[in-house]
Amino acid sequence: MDIIRQRKNLISKIVFQMSTIIGIVALLILMFSIFNEAFGYVIFVNEKSPHEIFNSEKNLGEATKEELISILEDYISKGLMRRFNFEQSFSERSAENILELVMTEVVNPKIVKAWSLTSSLFGKKKIIETLKNDYPKGNLEFRSWLSPNFLLSPQSSIPEKTGIITALTGSLMLLLIAIILAFPLGIGTAIYLEEYAKPNRLNNLIQLNIYNLAGIPSIIYGMLGLAVFVRFLEPITSGKIFSQTINSTANGRTILSAGLTLGILILPIIIINAQEAIRAVPKSLKFSSYGLGATKWQTIWSHILPYSMDRILTGSILAVSRALGETAPLIVVGASTFVAQKPDSIFSKFTALPIQIYQWTARPQPEFRKVAAAAIIVLLVLLLTLNAGAVMLRNHHNKKKKG
Amino acid sequence: MNLSIGATLFDKNPSKALQLRELLLRGLLSFSAIISICVTLGIVYILSTEAFLFFSSGEVSLLEFFSSIEWQPVIDKFGILPLLNSTLMTSFIAMLVAGPLGIFAAIYMSEYASNNFKARVKPILEILAGIPTIVYGYFALTFITPFLKNIFGHDVVDVYNTASAGIAMGILIFPMIASMSEDALSAVPSGLRQAAYGLGATKLEVSTGIIVPSAISGIMAAFIVGLSRAVGETMIVALAAGAGSNFTFNPFKSAETMTGYIARISGGDIGYDTVDYNSIFAIGIFLFIITLVLNIISQKIIGRYREIYD
Repeated sequence: MDIIRQRKNLISKIVFQMSTIIGIVALLILMFSIFNEAFGYVIFVNEKSPHEIFNSEKNLGEATKEELISILEDYISKGLMRRFNFEQSFSERSAENILELVMTEVVNPKIVKAWSLTSSLFGKKKIIETLKNDYPKGNLEFRSWLSPNFLLSPQSSIPEKTGIITALTGSLMLLLIAIILAFPLGIGTAIYLEEYAKPNRLNNLIQLNIYNLAGIPSIIYGMLGLAVFVRFLEPITSGKIFSQTINSTANGRTILSAGLTLGILILPIIIINAQEAIRAVPKSLKFSSYGLGATKWQTIWSHILPYSMDRILTGSILAVSRALGETAPLIVVGASTFVAQKPDSIFSKFTALPIQIYQWTARPQPEFRKVAAAAIIVLLVLLLTLNAGAVMLRNHHNKKKKG
Repeated sequence: MNLSIGATLFDKNPSKALQLRELLLRGLLSFSAIISICVTLGIVYILSTEAFLFFSSGEVSLLEFFSSIEWQPVIDKFGILPLLNSTLMTSFIAMLVAGPLGIFAAIYMSEYASNNFKARVKPILEILAGIPTIVYGYFALTFITPFLKNIFGHDVVDVYNTASAGIAMGILIFPMIASMSEDALSAVPSGLRQAAYGLGATKLEVSTGIIVPSAISGIMAAFIVGLSRAVGETMIVALAAGAGSNFTFNPFKSAETMTGYIARISGGDIGYDTVDYNSIFAIGIFLFIITLVLNIISQKIIGRYREIYD
């Protein structure tokens, strides 16, 4: 009898432990599946091979500036030549710059096939076979889809040339607007609820309401933003009432509208975190301040807020990292599908990092999956940095309060 | 919380300007608190007026909305059942993954694990819960779906299917259920535990016979919050569950959910005051009510078990 009980006990322990470990394994597989896509061999085929356009023993990279210009003149139209000369005259351009022009305009390498990291590492023979049989003119290269070029290029419809600079700027501006809206409002509400509000019906309702707001699906906030900011407040959010000259093709689907929507989305999170921070301020601190004759606001401003500020900031950083990854409300508010230029004002059309990931993932071409994986790595690194910042702030706070 | 001692001491000797500033700031702060109420009112107002326009357009009656099994806006068929059905399917699959895993992990962390193990595993689970849902959508589409295809056959499993979306959602929700359930388990007074051990019970008997039943309301609340999260989840289903409504109970077929439909329709440049535009609000208010009811139930349950042990 006892042995059976012991055995049951042991088996259940293993089951419980496995369940916990599955969580860790899931995280590892998730990370692996992303990194697996972001690096790997690619075959690219040149439209014109470098040897064909440059009749010399040397490599194209060793060609002089004059030789490169003459290649350009031979292979691209006069009009295009003139345009390049107009953008920056050829005499002022460096040899590297002209080489880049030759590469993109004449050689024009196109990726025709791409592999994941695991098949690159373990199936190289097969890859070389494919290269020989299917793409005799192709070149094999190990490519990191996450590259400085990727970070700094604007959006493009060609997977190997596309980048995330427009999306990064968009995300940054959205977050800024969201913080400007939600931070003061959130802290104000938290101070009111913790320091001023008497426990009456209205204040209970406000508190209950905040908890419920935190549980509403984010897509509903997007619909609120669509109806209020994009449609109802269009004259303001498209910037028409400020200036007639503003390009108004965005129809209210602007950075401002989306930023305000995200601000409202993170408002309840900031309030709840700030309330907890303020609640943790020792009563003795408050009483001594009142005892010295300070007013309520003086006590709040010079004692309660300074004491709780780093915890409030920690909570707010976590709220911001939530906003950074939010996708659904941005789609509903009307993120643009293609934005090739960096947004120049808060009244511009917008795209954001998660929106880019969504669009790239949804495309059928496998190359775009790899681009999406690279963008996900950037997003995760940003989130990790934010969270590390929050943890450091928390540790700093704990040390200060102890010392 | 309201400290009137200092205030009354001060009130005997106020300077006018200072008093005015106090009043002004108080007004400002209460105004910011009112805003959160306005957000809720705004959501309710907008969803209901637009949904009203949808139902009063004559294209669809309430009865048809809730009974027809066809959702084809192009030919004016608006029955929410196929969308609701796939929402329930993905949520059910998610809970099937996250429920048992979450509660087992919670029992392990609360009753078995050393503090050292806990300190290492908890941050990992927090990371898992903090990853944006779009990443889970990517994971579902590029990893889970091919995985299912390899197991069940390429012809059986569609490229877009509710099973892979549900599994990814389960992984997303699992840490939340584990963490909330663990809080509930840890809140059980240790006297109960020690009494049971004193009677010679094994760890399993204590956990499943004493601790879990005592914390059952907290665990239920965790499940309900997880369910509400699954119902409202958008990006995973938008990427992995497929576009186009489909009334099916086969988890390997593509079927659009309520949130998936809202995201797809509003993603295009949608014209105001069209049936399409109004239809997303009709679905939105339905979604809002479901999640609100689930959240209120879970808060009621949590409130009750706090009363018992505090």
